[in-house]
Amino acid sequence: MLANYGYKDGSGDFFITIDTDKCDGCGACVEACPAKVLELVENEFDLDAETDVAAVTEEHKKKIKYSCGPCKPAHGYKTEDLPCVQACKPGAIEHSW
Amino acid sequence: MTEDYRMVKEGKGAEYWRWTESRWTNPDLDWKQGEVVSAGVDVGSVSTQAVVMVDGKLYAYSNMRTGSDSPESANKAIEWAFEGTGLTLDNLKATVGTGYGRVNVPFATKAITEIACHARGANFMYGPTVRTVLDMGGQDCKAIHCDEKGKVKAFLMNDKCAAGTGRGMEVFADLLGVHINDVGEMSLSVEEEPPPVSSTCVVFAKSEASGLLREGWDKEKVLAAYCSAMAHRIVDLLERIGVEKEFAITGGIAKNPGVVKRLAKELNIEPLPTDMDTQIAGAMGGALFARALYLKKMKKK
Amino acid sequence: MITAGVDCGSKNVRVVIVKDGEIMAQSMAPAGMDTANAAQEAYDKALAEAGIAAGDIEKVVATGAGKNEPGFKDDDVTEVGADARGAVHLFPDARTVIDVGAEEGRAIKIDAQGKVIDFAINEKCAAGAGAFTESMARALEVKLEELGPLSLESTQAIPMNAQCAVFAESEVVTLVHKKTSKQDMARAIHDAIADRITSMVRRVGIEEKIVLIGGVSYNIGFVKSLEEDLETKVLIPERPEFVGALGAALVAASK
Repeated sequence: MLANYGYKDGSGDFFITIDTDKCDGCGACVEACPAKVLELVENEFDLDAETDVAAVTEEHKKKIKYSCGPCKPAHGYKTEDLPCVQACKPGAIEHSW
Repeated sequence: MTEDYRMVKEGKGAEYWRWTESRWTNPDLDWKQGEVVSAGVDVGSVSTQAVVMVDGKLYAYSNMRTGSDSPESANKAIEWAFEGTGLTLDNLKATVGTGYGRVNVPFATKAITEIACHARGANFMYGPTVRTVLDMGGQDCKAIHCDEKGKVKAFLMNDKCAAGTGRGMEVFADLLGVHINDVGEMSLSVEEEPPPVSSTCVVFAKSEASGLLREGWDKEKVLAAYCSAMAHRIVDLLERIGVEKEFAITGGIAKNPGVVKRLAKELNIEPLPTDMDTQIAGAMGGALFARALYLKKMKKK
Repeated sequence: MITAGVDCGSKNVRVVIVKDGEIMAQSMAPAGMDTANAAQEAYDKALAEAGIAAGDIEKVVATGAGKNEPGFKDDDVTEVGADARGAVHLFPDARTVIDVGAEEGRAIKIDAQGKVIDFAINEKCAAGAGAFTESMARALEVKLEELGPLSLESTQAIPMNAQCAVFAESEVVTLVHKKTSKQDMARAIHDAIADRITSMVRRVGIEEKIVLIGGVSYNIGFVKSLEEDLETKVLIPERPEFVGALGAALVAASK
């Protein structure tokens, strides 16, 4: 399941997509994120699921453009180099911007 | 969270909100004959719905305003749904809480996110062919892609930005002094479709609209430009999760033909019709999950 | 050499006339529906103030969202370029320029030579610009000018949940009903916008000296919240809203 956390506003699209089928609940992304944007939650989308999955915290959902700012310097960055994306071995995390 | 879209400020300066609460009981069902009575309670920021199902069939529901605290609102909603049926909390085998206040439903067996509940409820309402559900509430916009079982395959929820929500439309209705229920029809009365309002941000779109009015545009034309902008924005959002047939629209915007018709035209897909109150989709999904959870527990025993 | 800079913003058009690096005149006119007209009006005013004729101006450079509008311009420059040029002229050791206008916020990083290295922009969303404070002042039923002084009297920091200006208005109304003091709410408003601006500035890197320009710089409540967030003081020119036009006039002199 593709969970898109974030928003689209006049200034652009700011979504972190977590593929819950790939996420194994290891929590490496939670540790890696310097802004504490991610957390592990119960997989409410699959009642048979046995492991938790990563999600964007309620606190950051509405401001990830700003929360993720420190990892996205104005002079340029590659989304595949972001700490959370790097930390995720199964490749479950994507950023839209 | 769909309903403040239908609330309308009346009178100048007076904060008078009008919106009708409702309840319903299925006259063809008797819960005493059923095996599993389950419930779903959707506590939104504006309204709360309680749905009672008997063996997976819709038995009763209530739809009312959310009070100042969630537990109280959940209690009131379920009591109202029970009214005249003889049901009490003891008769419920399982209850799922959902929505903004889902963890504050005192009698719930489990809390489940509104996205999952909404998809499950839409699957019940519109049938298993529904693949894309768009819910436009007063303060948020949800797009869900689901399978034939109502299981979520992809979703996005935008509750950060007012553009593309009922609130955004309300700001426009307010600016033009038009009743929110009339916005859709009025916007469709233009002879020629104007270019859409270019600003996404509601604050900037409002200034843009004021400019258009000063330029001599009539209200209908401004509304057409805004409804069309909103339809564009929704199409953009839907593209992130992919639009697949069949397509269903729930929430307040479903009642605005000015947006729905433009949206259908742009997507080239007609939304599915339903005669049910789409506001109860989340609570209904909750009641269906509650039943599934109960049956699973019984099987284990 | 006499040159002019025209900053065609969304709300106002500003003109600065410069003679050999010295400001001769600065004037403004509301942009209204017709930026070209407003630009002409502001330009005529500035000429009158300087006591010169249009023929005395060697070159006119325009900037701002409507920089293509004025019929009398010779050239144009980006807002970022104009901001940096103007700020460095006023504060030669500036390394970071923050411009918060009505509809846009910008953070610009410049090197020791005054050259732009990086910039970040918050645009098309009222939450990251002055429009946010305008909406909030309306919701609080205070004048925009009162918002800053009010927040300095705040006794506690309270968080604002909503990001969007439209939703934040409702939140403010709810807080009013809960009897939260206007002082604390004013501070919450400034903390919220300062937080977003700071996050934008971090994307270019915070390096002193930091110059704050744009109309929102007049709001002392915002400045306080911003300085707390940045953990350092900012330099504010006497007329922060004219820096873009000044920069454009200086660009005209060197082009």
